[in-house]
Amino acid sequence: MLEHYLGLAVKTIFVENMALAFFLGMCSFLAVSKKVNTAIGLGLAVIFVLTVTVPINNLLFNYALTGGALSWLHPDLAGYDLSFLGFLCYIGTIAAMVQIVEMTLDRFVPTLYAALGVFLPLIAVNCAILGASLFMVERDYNFGESVVFGLGSGIGWFLAVVALASIRERMRYSNVPPALRGLGMTFILTGLMAIGFMAFGGIQL
Amino acid sequence: MAGPGRKALLDPLFENNPIALQVLGICSALAVTTKMETSVVMCGAVIFVLTFSNFFVSLLRNNIPSSIRIIVQLTIISSLVIIADQFLKAYLYDISKQLSVFVGLIITNCIIMGRAEAYAMQNRPSLSIMDGLGNGFGYSLILLATGFFRELLGSGKLFGHTVLPLVTEGGWYSPNGLMTLSAGAFFIIGGFIWALRVWKRDQVEEEG
Repeated sequence: MLEHYLGLAVKTIFVENMALAFFLGMCSFLAVSKKVNTAIGLGLAVIFVLTVTVPINNLLFNYALTGGALSWLHPDLAGYDLSFLGFLCYIGTIAAMVQIVEMTLDRFVPTLYAALGVFLPLIAVNCAILGASLFMVERDYNFGESVVFGLGSGIGWFLAVVALASIRERMRYSNVPPALRGLGMTFILTGLMAIGFMAFGGIQL
Repeated sequence: MAGPGRKALLDPLFENNPIALQVLGICSALAVTTKMETSVVMCGAVIFVLTFSNFFVSLLRNNIPSSIRIIVQLTIISSLVIIADQFLKAYLYDISKQLSVFVGLIITNCIIMGRAEAYAMQNRPSLSIMDGLGNGFGYSLILLATGFFRELLGSGKLFGHTVLPLVTEGGWYSPNGLMTLSAGAFFIIGGFIWALRVWKRDQVEEEG
């Protein structure tokens, strides 16, 4: 059992890295990777929000949305299938969770709140968060798996964004063709990193 | 067509392209472009959602309190995405399976939120529709070009029809497997941005 969860974690962190294999959260990935410090801040926020929202959406899907899910409320409700409302519910959960996390941090951990700053509200529209919830539904994870999946994809995203930010800080000393500076070069760097992460693809678990 | 409407429609194609210059909506641009077929369907869905979300947000712009505008915009957008998703599931089931989560991810596609926030909240509905269409086409331009190269070089096909006969099927073209992988998409889009900025010098970024 433990091996299964460990395998899933390694798979989501390295082999199926959210940013490099599925291109999720690319917009903020490219926007915040100019400095290592901001990248670490956003990365931590993403880990946190993913670990919370994926399990919550998992419960929501299994006990409210999927076909027959409402039968625990009343036997008559067993015939309803609300899964078409999924997108609306997941994004609602995510927006609400981000808001709650923001208020809690502000109240109890002001230093962390100040460090994350503007990135917390931005996370609500980070595709990696919604993407993880949708993958969780599509792959039919149970509650335990969804906790590991949320945490793992957060860590994977964190690693990728911090690594890219470190490379971009070093790029300042290299002579890049003018038209390729900034965004263009970042794409090519990310492509090279994606190839690097593909080396993990051979791991058998 | 009047001046501002024309500008709103045509500017996003090259002058202010949502992907190449505004850095919006990159996630889906990379993920669905392994084939032309999926790229075309994705473009259609994005143009639909973007145009209508700009229209509705713009209609309601004077009634949305600014403190809850994000959630209002998200609700409008996700309702439109649900319509698009149900439509694709009903009429194009195979492609909808291949696109998997990326139809749902149109909700968090930054182009849509970005244009709603930056344009539709300040401009009247008719202009906002033009802006939505324009940005939709600017996005599609990059998506289709990327899809074209990835499918042609990666599997020697276009829309599933063989263009370059593969070595494995007795032809002469040996497919470039890199193009079908994620890394290929990054290189192609990086290359596009390079080409666009060589052509339009004023888009070059100063710092490295």
